[in-house]
Amino acid sequence: MAEDLLRLGLHDLHVAFGGKMVPFAGYEMPVQYPAGVMKEHLHTRAAAGLFDVSHMGQVILQPRGSYEAVALAFEALMPVDVLGVAQGRQRYGMFTNETGGILDDLMFANRGDHIFVVVNAACKAADIAHMTAHLSDVAEVVPVTDRGLLALQGPQAEAALARLVPGVTEMRFMDVAILPWGGVDLWISRSGYTGEDGFEISVPNAQAEGFARALLDQPEVMPIGLGARDSLRLEAGLCLYGHDIDTTTSPVEAGLVWAIQKARKAGGARAGGFPGAARILDELANGPERLRVGLRPEGRAPMREHTELFAADATPVGQVTSGGFGPSINAPIAMGYVAAGFAAIGTRLEGEVRGKRLPLAVAAMPFQPTTYKR
Amino acid sequence: MKYTKDHEWLRVDGDLVVVGITEHAATALGDVVFVELPEVETVVAEGDEVCVIESVKAASDILAPVDGEIVEVNEKLTENPGLVNEDPLGTAWFFKMKLDDLSVLDDLMDEDEYNELIG
Repeated sequence: MAEDLLRLGLHDLHVAFGGKMVPFAGYEMPVQYPAGVMKEHLHTRAAAGLFDVSHMGQVILQPRGSYEAVALAFEALMPVDVLGVAQGRQRYGMFTNETGGILDDLMFANRGDHIFVVVNAACKAADIAHMTAHLSDVAEVVPVTDRGLLALQGPQAEAALARLVPGVTEMRFMDVAILPWGGVDLWISRSGYTGEDGFEISVPNAQAEGFARALLDQPEVMPIGLGARDSLRLEAGLCLYGHDIDTTTSPVEAGLVWAIQKARKAGGARAGGFPGAARILDELANGPERLRVGLRPEGRAPMREHTELFAADATPVGQVTSGGFGPSINAPIAMGYVAAGFAAIGTRLEGEVRGKRLPLAVAAMPFQPTTYKR
Repeated sequence: MKYTKDHEWLRVDGDLVVVGITEHAATALGDVVFVELPEVETVVAEGDEVCVIESVKAASDILAPVDGEIVEVNEKLTENPGLVNEDPLGTAWFFKMKLDDLSVLDDLMDEDEYNELIG
């Protein structure tokens, strides 16, 4: 293992549970435990899985003046309605660049007197610099470095967590709350990235191992590695930054139009005014040139990232950006970008795997129905 | 049983050689979800890519361990790729080869040598 990789606060716990540690986004991360990706995936869908996502960036935007000024300044970085997020609620967003591409996708929450932001590990240094450059007049941008982040996901996540933190039963999808456990404050959101009901829990570093062990002591809970995290989010049709979305893909191409609220669209109360608005508003009005779609190979061979896609007449139409095997679907699944004319569900295409063109079809996402507690 | 540094095992069965992957390899690959077998009657040289094996994590190749002809493949793996994880040394064999000269197996590792390799 390279010397310059960072270690998670829970490193020893992962090793104690037999985690196979691999480099990811500059950290040593558990890719799987002895149960293996398939069992970990299916366990999360059937009961509850615990994920260490402490590599992700937690940031507080602390207003120097009013909350509203910070919300408006934050809105200037995203095609998202920040101002309209009620206290105690979280929303999905994405930083865009001047050409309408995506710098990172993120979650942010209105916590009354400040905004709490969670960003991707690989982008966090750039995100913090970006926010510091654009928000410093109205907010202090404070990276939270003394807390770990855990995700507990699955249909039995609520039952398991409620034994430790009873207040979570009151929360619904995308609520955030600060609730006590063992004398410390847990920052909890009812969200995640698996398509399942579940929670993300920010816990002080000093208590992180104790809290993780208390969760793992619950009969429903099993530790889950990055491998299953990837197959779970793929089945849920969720984008992985750097693969399915990047600085060249616009939110409209990526099928993230649902994350652009009315207030920021043409005719909205605060239309435009975010980086790349010209392209993004044009694509909203006239349609993008390409679209992210779900893909179902017809055979058993997985079609992985970078698989080239072709129309029936052999015209190149796009590429797979994430692909593999869906354990809950029990079949290969993928997502990728195709030219707009080939994005209709049911469109039959071919993917080139090891020199052979194999059939696949454009399919609806999510592949696996979501079970969020709305 | 004989072993290669590519984590394949070879077992003599009459005048044929049965080839599979070791338990160590199956564990390292993780859950196998797809196996593509070669055509029978293919003549292969040592090191040729003859099978594709995909786990939930990644795709890998199985190489011909020695020169010879593929005379039989295990179709059960196409239908049930998970067999590779369940019984890698037994029912999850991949193919059978006909060799000109079985003595080439003498150059391969025995079990002790293989166990030393995977340490």
